[in-house]
Amino acid sequence: MSKEKLIDVKNLATYFHTEEGTVKAVDGVSFEIYPGETLGVVGESGCGKSVTSLSIMRLIESPPGKIERGEIIFNNKDLTKSTQKDMRKIRGNDISMIFQEPMTSLNPVYTVGDQIMEAILIHKDVNKKQARQEAIDMLTKVGIPLPEQRVDEYPHQLSGGMRQRVMIAMALSCDPQLLIADEPTTALDVTIQAQILELMNGLKDQFGMAIMMITHDLGVIAEVSDRVAVMYAGKIVEYTDVETLYANPKHPYTWGLMHSIPHIEKDVDRLQAIPGSVPNPLDFPQGCKYNTRCPFATDKCREIEPEIEEIEEGHQVACWHVDKLEEAKAKEKKKKEKK
Amino acid sequence: MEWQEVLLKLIKNKISLFGIGIIIFFVIISISAPWLAPPADPDDPYMIPRAGWSIQPKPPSEDHIFGTSEGQYDIFYGIIWGARTAFRVGLIVVGISTLIGILIGTIAGFYGGVIDEILMRITDVFLSMPFLVAAIVLTTILGKGLDNVMIALVTFGWMGTARLMRSQVLEIKAEEFIQAAEALGANDIRIIMKHVILNTIFPVVINASMRMGSIVITASSLSFLGVGAPTGYADWGQMISFSRNWILGSQGNALQFWYTVLIPGLAITFFCLSWNLVGDAFRDILDPKLQN
Repeated sequence: MSKEKLIDVKNLATYFHTEEGTVKAVDGVSFEIYPGETLGVVGESGCGKSVTSLSIMRLIESPPGKIERGEIIFNNKDLTKSTQKDMRKIRGNDISMIFQEPMTSLNPVYTVGDQIMEAILIHKDVNKKQARQEAIDMLTKVGIPLPEQRVDEYPHQLSGGMRQRVMIAMALSCDPQLLIADEPTTALDVTIQAQILELMNGLKDQFGMAIMMITHDLGVIAEVSDRVAVMYAGKIVEYTDVETLYANPKHPYTWGLMHSIPHIEKDVDRLQAIPGSVPNPLDFPQGCKYNTRCPFATDKCREIEPEIEEIEEGHQVACWHVDKLEEAKAKEKKKKEKK
Repeated sequence: MEWQEVLLKLIKNKISLFGIGIIIFFVIISISAPWLAPPADPDDPYMIPRAGWSIQPKPPSEDHIFGTSEGQYDIFYGIIWGARTAFRVGLIVVGISTLIGILIGTIAGFYGGVIDEILMRITDVFLSMPFLVAAIVLTTILGKGLDNVMIALVTFGWMGTARLMRSQVLEIKAEEFIQAAEALGANDIRIIMKHVILNTIFPVVINASMRMGSIVITASSLSFLGVGAPTGYADWGQMISFSRNWILGSQGNALQFWYTVLIPGLAITFFCLSWNLVGDAFRDILDPKLQN
């Protein structure tokens, strides 16, 4: 892709300085998003996905949080150096965000119309009547039936899926270039999830915007993303396009994640879960942070942390032992053929 | 919940309806005071007219339907105009102290950190002084008079609201819709006014309604103790202080001067009761935890 980058995050690091010590929530993350594409960011809870997105929005609570280093280049401007005043002009206007919980992300004391109008009134030079009309148009676009009626209803009168649609309407009301969706479907049931994802995909083309989709659900990633960044303990461990990732994962963590998805066509007694859990961010292991859970870990992994490197064109991995994973994969394949 | 809904429920609730009825009764009395008890001097209507200089109170008669108090102050006149005083003291003191409390509590809760620490330590300093003693001392320093009583009551009356508001704001601040509003590009003032205050105001309103009664009692106590309204000013607390020497009546007739203490006492009691009833009903309506 030779198009111009919409947002270019370079070596971003966000730390939280707490009384117990420094939490390196995001530690040297680099990625870019091109106009009109969807970047999936996937990882377990606490791996720094949400902190990355909040850093882009500059919504990290400070103190204790602080962007320690790195650049976020958006429209030729480094957002890490912008003032809060400038950021307020960008938030909701150029970069919008959808949050995880549609139940709590709407203010219970205002009608949904009031809340969609809020962004319009902040960023556009329109009067209340025009703003209301735009709010109704937005509700129509996100597929809410009877928008003239719904616009005057309160959040508690809507279902979870409806509320998430309202959240999307709010986020898109000022025609942003980038939409950050922080686990937008996690709180919804599966049929609604599919509808919302489809809606977002449709709106992406309609509005010509880019989406940064944050999720822990590999299924969601497969459905909507063009490229994927897999995060583990504050770092990107694998970064490539979605087909390559699913066909040929190169990092043991990604490989482990793939194995822990239940498949309907495979009849297994037990899912292969990744042993252990994400290490305590106050006390990361030395060397590669995945070494405590990795089946291929060697002494080298326990001493030196691998940097992310391009091993094939457009496929970046941070691992010392890509070859060992290949061996394991080959073994697995043989086993399957025997059966 | 919307305001109309709350009002409807307040009216439907018998207890709060009773409270509202008493409040309305006192409001009517206050408004029609110039007709119910025409003042002798229209420029200074709050001074209770005296029907003589004798010390001993006189029982109700045709001229003075509630009788006269010590020094022949007309009790009926004092009750009628005293209602105005009660509303004035209550509304001004509760209004201003609540506003101060909301301001300090909101700023402390919303911004947190050093600002929170400074504001809350100031609040603690004020809270550490015994309320009534502090109010008496400040009124004495400022000089006798109702205005100074109000200043003293405001000075030492905002801390509860500030703490209540702070805890409410801390709770609301963690809600995602605050972050969502920030992500839409709203500035702090907009977020505080639109999203924080409206979601936190109800407990403060309940608290203010409850305090309306107690503030009037405190103002009355100050008057009773002699640091409040000037002698002869239409104020319920002062009217009870007039009856101080006559509560026990004379030998063999303990209830001889019942009217001097009972009538102003009833006025204060009902005034307080009404605000408390409304406040209670308010809380019942707005607190979902109590709704079963």
